[in-house]
Amino acid sequence: MDVALLIALFLASAVRMAVPLLLGTLGESLTERAGNLNLGVEGLMMMGAATGFIAAYHTDNIALAVLAGMLGSGFGSLLYAILTITFRTKQDVTGLALTIFGSGFANTLGKTLANTNTPEGIRTFAQATPLKLPESTASIPGIGPVLAFIDTAFLQHNWFVYLTFIAAFAGWFYLFRTRQGLHLRMIGENPAAADASGIRVIGAKYAHVVVGGILCGLGGVYISVINVGTYLENIVAGRGWIVVALVIFIRWDPLKAIAGSLLFGALEIVGFRIQHIEALSGLPIFSQYAIDMYPYLMTIIVLILTYARKKAYLGPAGLGVPYFREDR
Amino acid sequence: MQPQNRTQPPAITMQGISKTFATVKANDQISFSVKAGEIHALLGENGSGKSTLMNILSGIYLPDSGEIDIHGERVIFRSPRDSMAQGIGMIHQHFKLVENLSALENIVAGTGHGLLLDRKAARDKVIALSEQFEMDIDPDRKIASMSVSEKQTVEILKVLYRGSQILILDEPTAVLTPQEITRLFHILHRMREIGQAVVFISHKLNEVLSLCDRVTVLRQGKTIGTVYTHQTTATELVEMMVGRAVDLAIERPAAVGSGQCLDVKNLTVKDHDGVARLNQVSFTLDHGEILGVAGLSGSGQKELCETIAGLCAPNGGSILFHDNQIIGKSPREIIRLGISMSFIPEDRLGMGLVASMDIADNIMLKDYAFHKGPFLNRKEARAKAKRIVEQLSINTPGIYHTVRKLSGGNIQKVILGREINLSPRLLITAYAVRGLDIHSSYTIYSLINEQKSKDVAVLFIGEDLDVLLELCDRILVLCNGQVTGIVNAKDVNKEQIGLMMAGETLTESEAV
Repeated sequence: MDVALLIALFLASAVRMAVPLLLGTLGESLTERAGNLNLGVEGLMMMGAATGFIAAYHTDNIALAVLAGMLGSGFGSLLYAILTITFRTKQDVTGLALTIFGSGFANTLGKTLANTNTPEGIRTFAQATPLKLPESTASIPGIGPVLAFIDTAFLQHNWFVYLTFIAAFAGWFYLFRTRQGLHLRMIGENPAAADASGIRVIGAKYAHVVVGGILCGLGGVYISVINVGTYLENIVAGRGWIVVALVIFIRWDPLKAIAGSLLFGALEIVGFRIQHIEALSGLPIFSQYAIDMYPYLMTIIVLILTYARKKAYLGPAGLGVPYFREDR
Repeated sequence: MQPQNRTQPPAITMQGISKTFATVKANDQISFSVKAGEIHALLGENGSGKSTLMNILSGIYLPDSGEIDIHGERVIFRSPRDSMAQGIGMIHQHFKLVENLSALENIVAGTGHGLLLDRKAARDKVIALSEQFEMDIDPDRKIASMSVSEKQTVEILKVLYRGSQILILDEPTAVLTPQEITRLFHILHRMREIGQAVVFISHKLNEVLSLCDRVTVLRQGKTIGTVYTHQTTATELVEMMVGRAVDLAIERPAAVGSGQCLDVKNLTVKDHDGVARLNQVSFTLDHGEILGVAGLSGSGQKELCETIAGLCAPNGGSILFHDNQIIGKSPREIIRLGISMSFIPEDRLGMGLVASMDIADNIMLKDYAFHKGPFLNRKEARAKAKRIVEQLSINTPGIYHTVRKLSGGNIQKVILGREINLSPRLLITAYAVRGLDIHSSYTIYSLINEQKSKDVAVLFIGEDLDVLLELCDRILVLCNGQVTGIVNAKDVNKEQIGLMMAGETLTESEAV
């Protein structure tokens, strides 16, 4: 195999690994832009992964699987929203509780399905490559090899992957170009100011926290139903926590989220690949345990680097602060 | 937007408004009425219920009872949205702006319908409005980079942009220089001319008398009365506010000191980002003298107090207390040098006292250095606390009452009493009367004067220029951490101080 093909295959894997991270990061960015720090991303992804997989297993219908994943994670984030917005509980503690609840919920529901595979129809959807270029393009003189590279790296994916990236662009447009997006940013920065401007703060917080949670849950659906295709216990494997850090890394900006999730997706792939190289996996720094640790280590390094840059955006000013209009 | 018309119903009528917070009756059967084309002052001391009443009018609080009519129509406000829909716009004392967004974004947020934002149309409308009212503002600048006065202009534009007919301003002049106040009044006059109703909340009597047409005075949550400004006087208004006559003159006994106390030279303090908060500040302070410090908030007052008190590390300069160099020394080291200095910080409950401890314990806090052994001498502390409570007539159920539950004036008296009790040679007070009612403020002034007569050197950080001019012997003016002048209080007026606060230095002939 030539180097270009290897790189293209590597990129293709990175794109696939980036999808759940991107969905989670988009969801959590929306949530945090509304001023709510939801540490329950891991739990929400677990809930999405479990409910989505159950529906996929029983119906063999991708639309129903996605819908079930949305309902599962929507339920989780609605609980979180009621607690933190209406009852103004501490957001961090509530988020942690949601992670524990979500993981327990998912493992209980998914127990009977552990190690089963997705049925035929879903697998076909996951393996479909609707945007693949025709074989003939590779032989076009001059640009043929370039097209082949692009095709292998970026056009061998299913609809779910493409829609996720489109969602990121849509998220950016929503946040920075629409009226509602401006209102959302205002709520996250200063809910009292938003309220005084006539913006419905509580309603908007609910909407964005729940939609944000659903996006996280879709990340879970992707992992269990599409990417792995087999239900495993703790299938999300800490990605929810990486998402929490990624949101800071990408400065709550959906466009930067694309780059950030591709970077972390690529890192995951590097980890997988190294495990399969026997000469290297014998070394202690490449042992299974060390490799599992690297995404988190990278997360820490990235966070340090991010915060070292003083001038950059440090997040919504109202993040983590419950809002009550009649506070004195 | 029509000229005032006698048969026209009032712009605002509020009848029998009551609102209770926990056990406090913030508003008790208040009645209040404002005509269109009128600037109406709402006057009252802190805690008299002004802000609560206006928060009810702007839909932030729901009243427990009472009726509101706007232009003759009965309304019920469940949220700021409802109030805004009736053309009411409120400019809060603490601006409700998002620092991270531009002026334009702040102005348009919450208005209009549809998915997309038409920035150009919005921008044109904002510029047209700012021209109509002769304001000078760049709609694309971020709020974070604006001065307090510019932020206020954005708040006013925000209200005008929504087409409000009724504008409420909550203590709008508290943070402005005299020149900026003149500009604000100009804008308000324009609004009156086109028939809008303006409610002006303030406790500065001269502003109320010069700007407003009528005044409604509140006291302890009740309406005391409404009068025309041309038919009343400052003394009369104070009597309505306080409930009894108060002598508004502040004494200034002649300074008879025993020489220099403090000699500060080239003091420089930088913050974490390397920005100079104090830049080459030099001044002297004598015993038996009150040196006032004027300046917009955040001009370096806090850093100045804290470096002298040893709480903040300077980046250069010298501070001589008599002949002792105290720069960079901790409060403990300063005490060890035998220097008795008292610092009454701006943040009374955060830095000056322990809010959840009682008066006796708080008074004991500073005694630790003078006692030996591991046990507290509670008996002595009790006696001292009782003495202080009596001397300063602190209004409290007892010396075991938690400090947090006292009123602002009494809290200030507890700190001041504790500090005076230590017979300091230097007294530093930061915003000593902030949030205090008139009566308490005057008690504090006379206590400070008493210290002056005891040969104490006083550094008085103030914000009310009238008070600074009457109480202090000399006034030091800070602008962006630099001294723009040190003047004799008798020889300057408010406008001159205002110009120095804005960064102009007085010319040689004017300087003293």
